[in-house]
Amino acid sequence: MDYFGDPAVWLPWTFAALMGLSILIYVVLDGFDLGVGLLMPLAEEDQKDRLVASIGPFWDANETWLVLAVGLLLVAFPPAHGVILTALYLPVFVMLIGLILRGVSFEMRAKAPIAQKRMWNGAFFAGSLMASLSQGFMLGMYIMGLTWTLPHVGFALLTAVFLTVGYSFIGAAWLIWKTEGALQERAIGWAKGGIWGLVAGIAAISLATPFVSVRIFDKWFSWPEMLYLSPLPILSAALVGFLWWKLSRLPFRDDQWAWTPFAAATGLFTLAYGGMAYSFYPYVVPEKITIYEAASAPESLFIILLGTLFVLPAILGYTVLSYYIFRGKATALRYD
Amino acid sequence: MDTLLLSRIQFGANISFHILFPTITIALGWVLLFFRLRFTATGESKWMDAYMFWVKVFALSFAMGVVSGITMSFQFGTNWPGFMEIVGNVAGPLLAYEVMTAFFLEAVFLGIMLFGASRVKPWVHTLATFLVAFGTTMSTFWIIVLNSWMHTPQGYEIIDGVVHATSWWEIVFNPSMPYRFIHMMLASGLTVAFLIAGISALRMLWGDRGEDVKTALRVGIITGASLIPLQILAGDFHGLNTLEYQPAKVAAMEGNWDTGPNIPLVLFAIPDEEARENRFEIAIPNGASLILKHKASGVVPGLNDFVSEDGEVLHPRVAPVFYSFRVMVGIGMAMLLLSWAGVWMLRRYGAGHMPTLPLYAFCAMSFSGWIATLAGWYTTEIGRQPWLVQGVLSTKDAVSDVPAGMVLGTLIGYLVVYAVLIVAYIGVITYLARKATRGEPYSTRGYPRRGEANVAALQPGE
Repeated sequence: MDYFGDPAVWLPWTFAALMGLSILIYVVLDGFDLGVGLLMPLAEEDQKDRLVASIGPFWDANETWLVLAVGLLLVAFPPAHGVILTALYLPVFVMLIGLILRGVSFEMRAKAPIAQKRMWNGAFFAGSLMASLSQGFMLGMYIMGLTWTLPHVGFALLTAVFLTVGYSFIGAAWLIWKTEGALQERAIGWAKGGIWGLVAGIAAISLATPFVSVRIFDKWFSWPEMLYLSPLPILSAALVGFLWWKLSRLPFRDDQWAWTPFAAATGLFTLAYGGMAYSFYPYVVPEKITIYEAASAPESLFIILLGTLFVLPAILGYTVLSYYIFRGKATALRYD
Repeated sequence: MDTLLLSRIQFGANISFHILFPTITIALGWVLLFFRLRFTATGESKWMDAYMFWVKVFALSFAMGVVSGITMSFQFGTNWPGFMEIVGNVAGPLLAYEVMTAFFLEAVFLGIMLFGASRVKPWVHTLATFLVAFGTTMSTFWIIVLNSWMHTPQGYEIIDGVVHATSWWEIVFNPSMPYRFIHMMLASGLTVAFLIAGISALRMLWGDRGEDVKTALRVGIITGASLIPLQILAGDFHGLNTLEYQPAKVAAMEGNWDTGPNIPLVLFAIPDEEARENRFEIAIPNGASLILKHKASGVVPGLNDFVSEDGEVLHPRVAPVFYSFRVMVGIGMAMLLLSWAGVWMLRRYGAGHMPTLPLYAFCAMSFSGWIATLAGWYTTEIGRQPWLVQGVLSTKDAVSDVPAGMVLGTLIGYLVVYAVLIVAYIGVITYLARKATRGEPYSTRGYPRRGEANVAALQPGE
């Protein structure tokens, strides 16, 4: 345990990194399938099955990353888990109801009598919308330090809209990759319509975060940190430019480059997330509790870490296997 | 009502709704694997037809279980922050292992199990089915370990008011874990056995005489009949274990107020906590002593032992524990009678010519496993009160300080959603049964047993 120095230092750091990684994976993976749910009302009736089919084999495992992320918060930083979730009591409730509606209607729309299908399609959209909005809202509240004042709520409402549009963008990017023909062309249109949400969201967070606390401001705007950090905004701008250029030219012959919008969107999410992680470190509850103060006993963290070292590669391995088995364009979902 | 009581009701409502679906998927996963293996061994299409029908129920139940389970992981924080702050060092790793060894395994291979049959080799599909069933069982194991530890904690020390683990072996293999795990696995098996028997009986009443329905009915009845005696035995052992570690709970289950020998087995009564006695009691003399101590003069603990000098009540509320225990045992007895009668009738008439009366009876018992499982959990969980972790952390010390109105509002929201979903769930299962009875084909392609999967032309809208 002492190989890497004081376990009360490197263990919380490792777990913060693991938790951050699973939140990022969750945001990208469930982001695209929530986004596909958000796009449902825009699709023609006969395209809706294909939309759902494109996420069918994946959504369940994607959502598990949320359970892992909140689980790591719970097990590694118990006091922070309590503080954050009681402060976000109502948005958490909205998100949970949304996730329930979504997951259930996913099954019901295919199994209930055909007359109910419209209703379950509606519930699928409503659930996706509730989950996306509440996640964006929680993001905004977290940035504002989890205090319920009018300006903070206003900002959170803004990030709620931005993240929702951002999710619909990555959902559209996923559909560009996984569909073809008329549906793919529509997805390209949706992506063009949704990219502003991502850009505005990243801009709003980047502008607001440094002004919430002097500490974060100093972390960004001092020399030589500014130099080291400059790739973040430059790369982000380059990716946005690339997306803009690609989207106006897609689709190419033989479906070349169809995967690039999704990859670029993933890159954008990752960069924005990296910037946020840099701002908030070492705090897990903004400006109140650091990861070192909130961490569980080193013995308990160590026993989890041991398991993680064996299990995480396996999880990543069979996740990749699943995406490999269901590679290529989405086909109708069939049990046989 | 205050935040504590409302939070308890809310958590109770959420976990009650959640447990319904794992109770089905834990055992149904293994039943599906059985159907799959029987098909591989015999090549008879009835096994694949049964698989195709029940895999839909599995997919639906699994989705309901996943989404209602996410609720649980958040509610630890939103409603019970004290739980993780005090015992997080023990509960945390156990929950983490559940997520890592079970949730991902289930969720990833579920996709392959459901939608991958035409994309992978048959043995990979069978393996995926196995891994999903294995994953659900692992999940049961870890969560039962944590729950059992909350009833019979050991292997820890308390430093500055916070629990620290000293021996993981003692924590995992705590005294009540094996009993609870076996009891829950058997409960899941029985729930699924009666669900399969009940829905198959329903299809037969609607006129379905397909080979797959007869086979499923047979599998359901025989599984139920063989598991129920084991469950009664396991329940008895579990009760003796509880008597040793949580005597107050057993006293409430038996409705026994005063410690002493020759305690009767109370079949029915209305426990009156004010007067501290039972009203309208119907009892078998010496029954409780015989069951719990295996002799008529055996001393059985009474509730009055768990009231402190200054009148503070340290035992759970009697009525809910007392009644839910009787509901569970009552359903268990009904299961025993019906399933054994069912086996006898299977031998006499065969699955295809069962008289209507037993078919109706099986129909009525379709979801009896749910009621028994819930009643059992209420017995053991309410029976642990006022403790959250027996002797370590009381429930009132773990609750959050969220305003009661907020808890009440969200509680109503959850209840409405859950009520709608339960109706929709049962509705869809009967609809699937109705559709299958009408003879709509499950599959339009010949299903290969071995070798390469052949991909048939896809039909839209399925």
